[in-house]
Amino acid sequence: MKKSKRFWLFILLAVVIYSVVQLLITTGVFGSYYSNTLILMAINIILAVSLHLVIGITGQFSIGHAGFLAVGAYISAIITMKLELPFIIGIIAAGIIATLAGLVVGIPTLRLRGDYLAIATLGFAEIIRIIFLNIDYVGGAAGMQVSHYTTWTYAFVCLVITIIVITNFTNSRHGRACISIRENEVASDAMGINTTFYKVAAFAIGAFFAGVAGALYAHNFYIIQPVNFGFLKSFDILIFVVLGGLGSLSGSVIAAILLTLVSTYLQGFPETRMIIYSLVLILVMLYRPQGLLGTREITDFLPFKKARKGVAQHVK
Amino acid sequence: MEWIQQLVNGISLGSIYALIALGYTMVYGIIKLINFAHGDVFMVGSFVGFYSIVGLGLDFFTALVLAMIFCAIFGVLIERIAYKRLRNATRIAALITAIGVSLLIENGFIFTWGPQPKAFPDIIANGTFEILGAKISIKSILILSISITLMVILQFIVHKTKIGKAMRAVSHDNEAARLMGINVDNTISATFAIGSALAGAAGVIFGLYYTKIDPLMGIIPGIKAFVAAVLGGIGIIPGAMVGGLVLGVIETFVNASGFSLWRDAAAFVILILILIFRPNGIFGKNTREKV
Repeated sequence: MKKSKRFWLFILLAVVIYSVVQLLITTGVFGSYYSNTLILMAINIILAVSLHLVIGITGQFSIGHAGFLAVGAYISAIITMKLELPFIIGIIAAGIIATLAGLVVGIPTLRLRGDYLAIATLGFAEIIRIIFLNIDYVGGAAGMQVSHYTTWTYAFVCLVITIIVITNFTNSRHGRACISIRENEVASDAMGINTTFYKVAAFAIGAFFAGVAGALYAHNFYIIQPVNFGFLKSFDILIFVVLGGLGSLSGSVIAAILLTLVSTYLQGFPETRMIIYSLVLILVMLYRPQGLLGTREITDFLPFKKARKGVAQHVK
Repeated sequence: MEWIQQLVNGISLGSIYALIALGYTMVYGIIKLINFAHGDVFMVGSFVGFYSIVGLGLDFFTALVLAMIFCAIFGVLIERIAYKRLRNATRIAALITAIGVSLLIENGFIFTWGPQPKAFPDIIANGTFEILGAKISIKSILILSISITLMVILQFIVHKTKIGKAMRAVSHDNEAARLMGINVDNTISATFAIGSALAGAAGVIFGLYYTKIDPLMGIIPGIKAFVAAVLGGIGIIPGAMVGGLVLGVIETFVNASGFSLWRDAAAFVILILILIFRPNGIFGKNTREKV
């Protein structure tokens, strides 16, 4: 009862945010610059939350997320530009094909642990990028022309769906299995959890939403090129998750919002932006290695939540 | 005799990878950290070589030694400032710090000295001579002999000196080495110094070979050298050498057989195959994780 109440509160909040922003856009208070920043923010949040499921919840250190972003971007661009189907089909297909890519990458590599997994996913992302670089159908290094279809509505609906799916997954039995893998893989294996299954599942779900983000990303610009999906993009996404706090969904969201604002503001000075980025990254790791929020959620700081938590424990 | 020529090219390239891979493998062996900033130390070495030849007018070998000394100090500074606090932190925190340091060096460098590539001076006479009908440049031979000399010196340091013994002890068991009275911090710093010096040397000979250097040149060779280290079995010094040479030769042959655009992918395909079928590398022993 209480859980569903919280869910509807979240939906209400989402609807309010959406309508206020949509109103501001239609009345022309927000120009294209601001609405573009908001769309970019939504895309970054989707990416951050999808990687949060893999790194923060399941504890699998994947640093090749840009590869799935690339798959999503190219697949949806092919569907809308070459096959001339509607954008919504592009988004769905992008997600599905990225999931398949996630399975192809995940099934062999998730046997690896820690650093080895990190480097293998990095390698896979780079291979995906080089494949796109060598396919003339999608324009090779010159890239591919894409129409601008992404609107605030598309971006926001995808964002809300992502957050709902990932929160529900995390709070489900499967999500708890994933958390147990994060805490201790050997022990959870010994407790009878099918670790391979859950690792691959989390990876595939993460890849699906990265693909959706890729579709939005591609149609937010007029051109996509393999250069956009290199190591740096993967590290960008990684930074959202790490800075927000490994294991905290709201942390990833907050970090994605903050860093999108900072990087939009510093767009004219790319080196300065990267210097600030890297300094922040190093300082956070040195002095607060658990990230801004640690593993806590923003709702944990609200007063009414604490009281309810105590009651809930008694009831259980 | 086209293929002999390609083989020599591949070995020259491979010996550059091997020199960088040695630094990776030593650092990984001792503190289990993938030092992403290592490729950037290589870049810095290259630029120190460039400025000491062009700016100070030094000859090639003095420039090489200067770059090695500078990089050794630079590597120790990185370790002391960024990694020392994280000795007991999670592996992910350390890895992310390394990524941060790498981005900071690259962008700090671009911010200060600009992003333009520089033409490395052609300081060695570009002669060639023929063996079995293959044209082999003097540069290739020089690069190969410098690499072999440095690797022999490294083997000597690791196996015959006190600091080498300490390094092996710390990489075997950090805590036990500390109990035996080894200064673990100094040993780790020495490892960083030696590894970075080798990367610096690799940077200078890379400049000599490719004649063009730029602030982002460290990224791709850095990752490939890491692949070489994994290929040979990370943490094993002869493994890094063999891995580097194998990778260089494979890459040159992929390039020569008309797949030049796939050259970078070759390294990653090898990496993934190795990780899937033999994650401990060519020389590695199979170990099971203990609870």
